[in-house]
Parts: sequence; structure tokens; C-alpha cells
Amino acid sequence: VIGGLKYVLLAAAVALVIWIPQRAGEFRLSQFTYVAIYFISLLGLNILLGYNGQISLGHGAFMGIGAYAAMIFILGSEGLAATGASPPGWLPDHGMRAIFAIPLAGLVTGVIGYLFGLPALRLAGVSLALATFAVAVSLPLIAKHYENVTGGGGGVSLPLPTTPFGWDISTPHWLYYEAWATAGVLFLIAWLLVRGRVGRAWRSIRDGEVAAVSSGVSARAYKTLAFGVSSAFAGVAGALFVIQVSYINPDTFPLTLSILLLVSVVLGGLGSLVGGIFGALLLVFLPIYAQEPPVLNFSFSKQAPSVVFGLVLILMVLVAPGGVAGLLRRVVQPARIAIARRGSRPSRLAKEE
Amino acid sequence: MTAFLWSEFFQQITSGLAIGSIFASLALALVLIYRTTDVVNFAQGEMATFTTYIAWSLMNHGLSYWPAFVLTLLIAFAGGVGIERVLIRPVEHRPEIVIVIMTIGLLIVINGLTGWIWGAEVKAVDSPFPNKTVDVAGVAISTQDIGTFCVCFVSVLVLWAFFRFTTLGLAMRAVAVNSGASRLMGVRVGWMLALGWGFAAVLGAIAGLMAAPTAFLDPNMMLVILVYAFAAAVLGGIDSPIGAVVGGLILGVTVNLLGRYVDLVGEELKLPTALAVLLLVLVIRPQGLFGRVIVRRV
Repeated sequence: VIGGLKYVLLAAAVALVIWIPQRAGEFRLSQFTYVAIYFISLLGLNILLGYNGQISLGHGAFMGIGAYAAMIFILGSEGLAATGASPPGWLPDHGMRAIFAIPLAGLVTGVIGYLFGLPALRLAGVSLALATFAVAVSLPLIAKHYENVTGGGGGVSLPLPTTPFGWDISTPHWLYYEAWATAGVLFLIAWLLVRGRVGRAWRSIRDGEVAAVSSGVSARAYKTLAFGVSSAFAGVAGALFVIQVSYINPDTFPLTLSILLLVSVVLGGLGSLVGGIFGALLLVFLPIYAQEPPVLNFSFSKQAPSVVFGLVLILMVLVAPGGVAGLLRRVVQPARIAIARRGSRPSRLAKEE
Repeated sequence: MTAFLWSEFFQQITSGLAIGSIFASLALALVLIYRTTDVVNFAQGEMATFTTYIAWSLMNHGLSYWPAFVLTLLIAFAGGVGIERVLIRPVEHRPEIVIVIMTIGLLIVINGLTGWIWGAEVKAVDSPFPNKTVDVAGVAISTQDIGTFCVCFVSVLVLWAFFRFTTLGLAMRAVAVNSGASRLMGVRVGWMLALGWGFAAVLGAIAGLMAAPTAFLDPNMMLVILVYAFAAAVLGGIDSPIGAVVGGLILGVTVNLLGRYVDLVGEELKLPTALAVLLLVLVIRPQGLFGRVIVRRV
């Protein structure tokens, strides 16, 4: 009965994801597409920080790398040249379909993240925070500097996305399904990784690296793997993002995004993949409602969202370190235990006697 | 590129020293907190910006520069102590990642509050120093640069004297070395940590006030300077006060010279250059120039 609860909730979530597009208008729908995109990104960050204990202040920058990779794959050399950039000769001439560009962008970002993870092996805690912070600050500046591939500060526009295979749904609907289907697949992958041997190794390193290494877990292999996987997730999220917006410039993925992703992953709940949903919902809807509260007929300053975000983060760290997922668990757990006790008491007593 | 002139070269060095002394002040603030609380304070720059705005408001209400300066430092001190007591103390014994996340929360809140209270438009802050140049052996040095350098230098010196010659300073150093033992010796460890945050806030405020006349005051003013200060602190060794000062000065001069004389770097890539320094030092020599090597025992 108890184990079933999880699957009931999962089924309800899937039903909700399918139900939303029937009711929501196109604008509202695009907001939920962003929820899926941030959810994917937060899955990656949670693998790195929540399960492996490595902090990253540069997760938004890796989204940016994925977005630029996807842009280049979609446009190809010819498309880039048409926007006024002067791409190097080794790029393929023709662009590809977005649906192939997404996993490829994830792969490219994953490899780059894996390579970054190699020197980052020497760093931990504060130093790693500083190093990833450096990445987050530099990426926009570097993107601006290499304008022959990135289009520079003016940015690059992508062709507007269209519904493929002649399906009879609107483009926002297609983008919504595309994002949520990807999120579903990646959630499954993350869940399989985290619950198995790899996840156990990651957690053991997080909880005590020395103990893990002396038990034969290779910190080197698993920490870089966490970096690679987490970046790949960020890359896919970035690719979906750039397809959704069909425009990219160096300031699309600023330091603020990296910081807000970190905030959201903590708010959602470190070490809880499902918690990412709450983080993503906050990331999309909190800025809107913090600036214009739904009940009060009144709008706050533009700065209100960031103040609210920060205050919520500080409060969460002080009173609810497990995030939203931790709070839920705290409510659900006693109930589950109570039910389990009631159910099993007679049999257990019988055994003991 | 114009012809190379020795006088201009020395001018670049002196202005590099001036900007470097601002980096050094903020880097020293970071080191102070790192030594006491064992965490890099990501909100250090925003705290500095906030106090600089307070100084701007005070001057806007008719206070002249130096009284406003002193008052601002007092407010900064109280603010730093308050933040440590209220927000950092409850998470003191949690993993360092939690404290880092806490300071990031602070960064967002303070940055947002600054924009909320004072608006996003740029404010001009008067400089306390006359806008002149002094001629030293054919090299024109602006009094602005000399003043900035002197203020930062004097504050570092005062802080050093405090740590070296007073009982309170000794107690604070003791806490940094071994907080458990100093607690047993009767040092009130909690308050020493709060004092550390207070002094760091004061140093940040000085850096902010010195940066404001040239960098212009906007809510994100100190973010870039904070990045340089990170690089300076890491370069000198994140637990070494001398390292922070030397690192700041080296970085200020180097970045200034590279920006002027190396075409590849130029104005645009000054910041990524500093960040590359940061990454290189972290990977190749994590203890920096003057830091202690951390030995990990099982």
C-alpha cells in the first residue's frame, strides 16, 4: 500500500503534465515549458551538488554552452554565415533538425563539463565554488569576444521552431511536449543513475571522501563523471531553451541565472530529484508573483523577486535544510510510519510470540 | 598602438597600484572572514556597495565627506557584526557548502535591496581628493590615485597594528588558529567571529567608497571588483592577510599593464585574464603565494 503511494503521485504528475495543455493558453503554456527546461537543468545540478556534494556556481554557464552548441548545430555553417558571422571552415555546412541537435548539444556540453571536472578534482568546497563562479562570469565575456561563431553581443536569431512530422498541434504545444518528454526521459536516466551503483558511489564520496576512497571507490572517476553528467543535463536544458526562445546572445545566460539555479536546487531539496519540480516552479513563477502579487492590487519594485528569492533561501537554510522535498517528507513520513505500524502490528506480534 | 613612453608606463603602474589597493582591501576583507569563519563570503561585494550607497545618502543629506565616511564605517561595522550574529551563527557548524549558500542568499537579498531602495540609475559620488596631478620626476600621478592608495594603505596598517598590539587582536588571532583551545582559555569565540565580520565589512566599505568616484555607483558596482578581489585573495593565499594585500597590488598593476600594452587582452578581456589567473593558481598552487599548505589527515 505504502510503496504504491509513490507511483500514484507519479501517475498524477504525468496526468497533470498532459492535462495542462488542454486548458492553458499559449503564454501560460510557454511558462510551463520553461518549468520543464529548468527542471532538467536542476536535475543535473542536483546530481552534482545534492548527490555528489560538489558545488557549482556555473551551472547556468553550462546551459549557455549547450545553447550555443545547439544554435550552431541547427544553423550549420551556412546559416551562421547568413546571420553575418564568419564561422570557421570545420563546421558542417548544413544545419540539422532541432530534435537531433538537442542530444548532440547535451553530449558536447557533457564532454566539456567532464574536461572541466578534471582540474576541478583538485578543488573542493570553497575553491570549487570560486572556480565555477569564474566560469559563470567569463562565459558571457568570452562569447562576446569570439563573435565569429557566437554572433557577438548582437546575438543570433534562429528560424522559428515548427511542428515536425506534419502533426496537427500548434508550435507552443509541440515545444511543450518536446520539453516535457525530454524531462521525463532525463528524469528516468537520473533516477536510474542515482539509485544504483553509481549513485551509491556518489553519495559515499559526498558523505566522506576519505572513507569512500579507502573502501575502493575511485573519487577521481566518480567526481568527474558527476561533472560530466550534470553538464550534459545543463546542455540539454540550454538547447531546449534556445529553441524555445529562438534567439541567443551572451547575456542570455548570465551569472544571475547560475546563482538562481543554485538557489532553486536548494529550495527544491538537495538529494531529491523530484524536488527539482518545486525549484523549477519557483524559478519560473516566483519572479512574476513577487513583483505583482496576485491578491494585492499593487506591484512591487523590479528588485522584489530577487529580495524574496534571497529571503526564502536564507529562511530555508535556517529552518528547512531539506528544501520543499524535505518538508513534504517530514509531513508524509510520520503518516507512512503510522499506517505501516497499524498494518503490520498483528503479524509482527504473532512472530514475536 | 602609440609609441612606448616610460612616463606613461610608470603612470600605468601608479594607477594600477591605486586600483590594486582597492582590490587588496576587499581581498583582505575576504581573508579576514575566511580565517575566522572558514568560508568565502560571496556577499562581501554587495555589502560594500550597500554601505557606499549609505555614504551617498548621508552626503546627499548635507553631510560633508569625511564625517560621512566615518559614520559609514561605523554603520558597516554594526551591519557586519549583525549579519554574523543573526544569519551566520546558526549555520556555523554546518558543512561549508551550507555557509556558502547562505552568503549567496545574502548576496541576492542585499543586491535586490540596494536596487529597491536607491534605484538602478548610476549615482555620482564626489571624490574627497582634488582632481589634480602631481609631477614626480616627469611622471604625472593623479592625486586621486595617491589618495586612494594612502587610505587603503593606512586602513590595512591600522588593522595590522590592531591584530599585532592589542589583547583583543591577539584573542582574534587565537580564535583563527584554534578556536577550541581559545574557548578553553576564556576567549569569547562567538564574539570574535562577529568582530571579524565587522572589520571585514569596514574594509569592504572603504573599498567601495574609494572605488565609487571612478567606477560610478550602481547596484552592481562591486561585483566586478569582487571578482578581482577573489583572484587577488587566491593569488596571495586565501588564508594569508599579507598575501591578500600583495596579491591585490600585483593583480592591479598586471591587469592595468596587460590591458594597455597587450593587444590580445585589451580592455575587454581584463576580467577573464584575472579569472584565468584565479583558475591557474587554484589548480597549480592552491595555497597561493603566501598561504599554508593544508595537510589532510584521516
